[in-house]
Amino acid sequence: MIAIIGAGVTGSLIARELSRYEKDVVLFEKNFSAGRGVTKSNSGIIHGGYDDPPGSLRASLSRKGNILYTELSEDLNFRINRCGSHVVAFEKKDFEYINKLVKYANTNGVKSYEIIDREQLKIMEPELNGNALGSFFCSDSGVVNPWNVAVSAVTNLQKNGGEVYYDKKLIRIEKINSGFRLFFEDGTQYEADLVINCGGLFADEIAKMAGDIVPEIFPVKGEYYLLKPEKTLTNSVIFPIPDENTKGCLVTPAIDGGYLAGPTAKKVLSKYDNTNTEEGLSEVRTRAEKLVPNINFRKDPVKTFAGLRPETEEKDFYIDVGNSGIIHVSGIRSPGLTAAPAIAKYVTEYIIQEKLGIKLTERPDFDPKNNVRIIDSFETLEEMNSFIKEHPDAGEFVCYCNKVTKYEIKKAIEQGARSIEDIKFLTGASFGECQGGYCTGKIIEIMLQDKRVKPEDIILNEKNSWLFSSEVRI
Amino acid sequence: MSSNVVVIGGGAAGLAAALKASEEKCDVTLIERDSDVGGVLNQCIHNGFGLDYFKKNLTGPEFKEKLKEKVLSKSNIKIKSGAFVHSVEKDKNIVFIDRNGVNNLKCDSLVITTGAKERPFTSLGISGKRLSGIYSAGLAQKFINMMNLRPGNSALIVGSGDIGLIMARRLTLEGVKVEGVIEIMPYPGGLQRNIKLCLEDFSIPLYLSRAVKYVDGDRRVNKIITTKVDDKFNHIGGDDITFNVDTLVSSVGLVPNVKPFEFLEHSAGFSTTNKNRTSENWIFSAGNSTVVFDLVDYVAQEGEKAGYMAALQAKNDLSPAGKIKLLPGKNIGILYPSYIEKDYESKIYLRARQPMEKGVLLIPELGIEKEFEDIKPSEMIKIKVPAFDKNTDRIEVNLNELK
Ligand SMILES: Cc1cc2nc3c(=O)[nH]c(=O)nc-3n(C[C@H](O)[C@H](O)[C@H](O)COP(=O)(O)OP(=O)(O)OC[C@H]3O[C@@H](n4cnc5c(N)ncnc54)[C@H](O)[C@@H]3O)c2cc1C
Ligand SMILES: Cc1cc2nc3c(=O)[nH]c(=O)nc-3n(C[C@H](O)[C@H](O)[C@H](O)COP(=O)(O)OP(=O)(O)OC[C@H]3O[C@@H](n4cnc5c(N)ncnc54)[C@H](O)[C@@H]3O)c2cc1C
Repeated sequence: MIAIIGAGVTGSLIARELSRYEKDVVLFEKNFSAGRGVTKSNSGIIHGGYDDPPGSLRASLSRKGNILYTELSEDLNFRINRCGSHVVAFEKKDFEYINKLVKYANTNGVKSYEIIDREQLKIMEPELNGNALGSFFCSDSGVVNPWNVAVSAVTNLQKNGGEVYYDKKLIRIEKINSGFRLFFEDGTQYEADLVINCGGLFADEIAKMAGDIVPEIFPVKGEYYLLKPEKTLTNSVIFPIPDENTKGCLVTPAIDGGYLAGPTAKKVLSKYDNTNTEEGLSEVRTRAEKLVPNINFRKDPVKTFAGLRPETEEKDFYIDVGNSGIIHVSGIRSPGLTAAPAIAKYVTEYIIQEKLGIKLTERPDFDPKNNVRIIDSFETLEEMNSFIKEHPDAGEFVCYCNKVTKYEIKKAIEQGARSIEDIKFLTGASFGECQGGYCTGKIIEIMLQDKRVKPEDIILNEKNSWLFSSEVRI
Repeated sequence: MSSNVVVIGGGAAGLAAALKASEEKCDVTLIERDSDVGGVLNQCIHNGFGLDYFKKNLTGPEFKEKLKEKVLSKSNIKIKSGAFVHSVEKDKNIVFIDRNGVNNLKCDSLVITTGAKERPFTSLGISGKRLSGIYSAGLAQKFINMMNLRPGNSALIVGSGDIGLIMARRLTLEGVKVEGVIEIMPYPGGLQRNIKLCLEDFSIPLYLSRAVKYVDGDRRVNKIITTKVDDKFNHIGGDDITFNVDTLVSSVGLVPNVKPFEFLEHSAGFSTTNKNRTSENWIFSAGNSTVVFDLVDYVAQEGEKAGYMAALQAKNDLSPAGKIKLLPGKNIGILYPSYIEKDYESKIYLRARQPMEKGVLLIPELGIEKEFEDIKPSEMIKIKVPAFDKNTDRIEVNLNELK
């Protein structure tokens, strides 16, 4: 059995990639569903690959990943919007950085870029600060819903015979003759002949369990606002000229509607500290207002959130076999979401087959496509009409803001969603203006239709995140 | 399918509109997205509804039943429930979706009475963890009153609007310990009678000029740290109060539902005239989709008027007159309607920006100079204005404090 630890975007795509081959694949995740670690809270951008230092692992994998996303999104049935990205210059000296991007882009094999002058930029992005002098525009950049990438990869993994176990926190690794014995917090044990560590923020700690050393991971917090204004703020991702640590605080359309502003970059002490702070939020406001002066932080925010970057001193991915024989996929910092499909190929084709010399045989019946659609988007009303004729639940709306129907909620439950957030993340319900004020009740009604589910069992996301203390009257 | 008048949204405003239009001999179709009509009335099981409209003190569901009964008795009203309006096209075609599929409905005139939704707590940008146990008041109300679910053991209410106050009492009655209500403004947001009936009668403390600083817990809320604020809402240190509760119920305001009709002129809600007309001649609106009203009686009266006007419009009996903009001047928070059509009387509703012991409302162009005592932002002021036809394009409404 090949065990993959961690169902973030990296682990999920590696597991799904391995399910192409004649191997038993099991994905272990401590949360209740996929994509709830670093993969949950980030900018969701599929980067063009023009700003990673040439020669780094990051540069080659993110470029390849960007290209792979087209086929992957069709196969796995998630949406991608290649809206393009601008890196905007406000001062003369900013063009030095833009010239550097041109050099990097050429070396990294990015062809889809253009230098945009002031006038053109005004036409492309009318809401952008009028002082902008020009930009580096890359049309390959896009946005996705990041956890949906992980979730849809897991769906496809299961379709191809792979398994995923949630609520399994790895606490100890023992080397045995036939490979490894894995110990989980709930007392269970599993044997595996190969282990792939995709533990995100915790990958360094998992490496330690096997006695291996990988670059230490320290958390760098990024805070965000999600806004839902009525008018268009930007058509593409808008980056400022970055500082030395990050790509800077950006404004981007989000795939499910609205705009993200953020992130900040602040080193924090705890890998669990995903709190928002007034300091961080006010920094986002100031920086975003500089890019898009009409952004309205009084009226339009629907929520704030924060993510933690798994950062290392080296600022590069670390993907290698440790002394123990375990494969560590560690230091997957930005642009890890972009690179993930390429990381999956790199691990299976290069690390496992070439470096470890393990021969993998392709299964003839591998099906790369997900045909269960959870979220249905219809090109025309006629299409929608004929779908509802077959599935009346698809004509019954549960979330009015994001237009999610009962059909999709039920599908999500069938797909294994167990908590309220599972359903929300899978379907997009409650990510609109009212943030679940309306649909949470309806979702719970649907969950309770299964008579085995008791109100006290309903949780928001993790264990102990209960919603109801009891029924009011028995 | 076609209908003379279509009403979108079957709350108090929509039911009243449908009724009135049907009395004007129009065929009416009422479209409601929920499985039943009634809107927010369904979940308000307390008394205090209908004192003016039905001259009776009713609960929300009773108020609804009385209206619904009348609506059901009309053979020219069709109710489509479980039907969500997808779009309204300028050629007077309405596209709605229900379990039967995608439907098209042609009309002569349209009334939009889509009500309001709660502002989410998450939009406030407050520090803290993402925890279970944070509910908007309307959702908590729905859990308890309609789904028989108790959302926690102990609670702090954030925001003293009417829904927050009503919920403080409801939660207490259902065995949830309510530790207090905090309000960021220096005065309460809800009706005075609710402060008395829901807080004072149950000894629930109300803290003014206080805001949430941090929400803490371990997967579920267990602690809410609050702080005093100054008049610009800046946190003042040194006077923090920590509430050890497992539930935060937020009641931080309602926002009119204008989706998917944003093509109509609107600020928070739709901008309408005293004839309830929106920026499209054939579309009317009333109730909480225009401004948030505190009494259902006003909502039902405005709904009736909108239904009546829509019926006249459908019969081509209503020609648009010149519009005069009503401008909120000194001390005016909310002002309704946005415009006055000449030659027709109007009822003007407004809210003061801050409490005053005594004030005078001045609209010289309309000959209005009227004194009010004990003015509260939470209580709407309503005045009748006769028809007039002076030549002007704007009128300012001012409320001057009298010392
Ligand atoms: C603020 C921010 C912005 C970003 N923006 C972008 C962007 O725009 N574009 C881009 O390409 N990248 C971006 N990134 C980077 C990207 O989000 C990450 O590189 C990517 O999500 C990492 O995925 P992962 O699967 O490696 O980690 P994770 O998603 O964290 O997955 C690791 C999983 O392992 C599980 N796990 C950990 N320990 C254990 C254990 N002991 N037992 C069992 N399970 C365990 C965790 O629960 C988790 O689900 C951003 C990151 C941040 C923080
Ligand atoms: C907690 C609470 C306590 C109150 N207490 C009192 C009180 O004691 N006394 C009093 O007089 N008043 C009280 N009120 C005020 C009064 O109840 C409301 O102002 C009034 O009921 C609002 O009616 P409405 O028709 O404007 O909106 P709603 O009741 O919100 O109705 C709107 C309807 O439109 C539907 N809808 C929306 N969008 C669509 C769409 N796209 N397609 C189809 N249908 C749609 C909705 O489902 C809903 O049924 C209270 C209000 C609340 C919230």
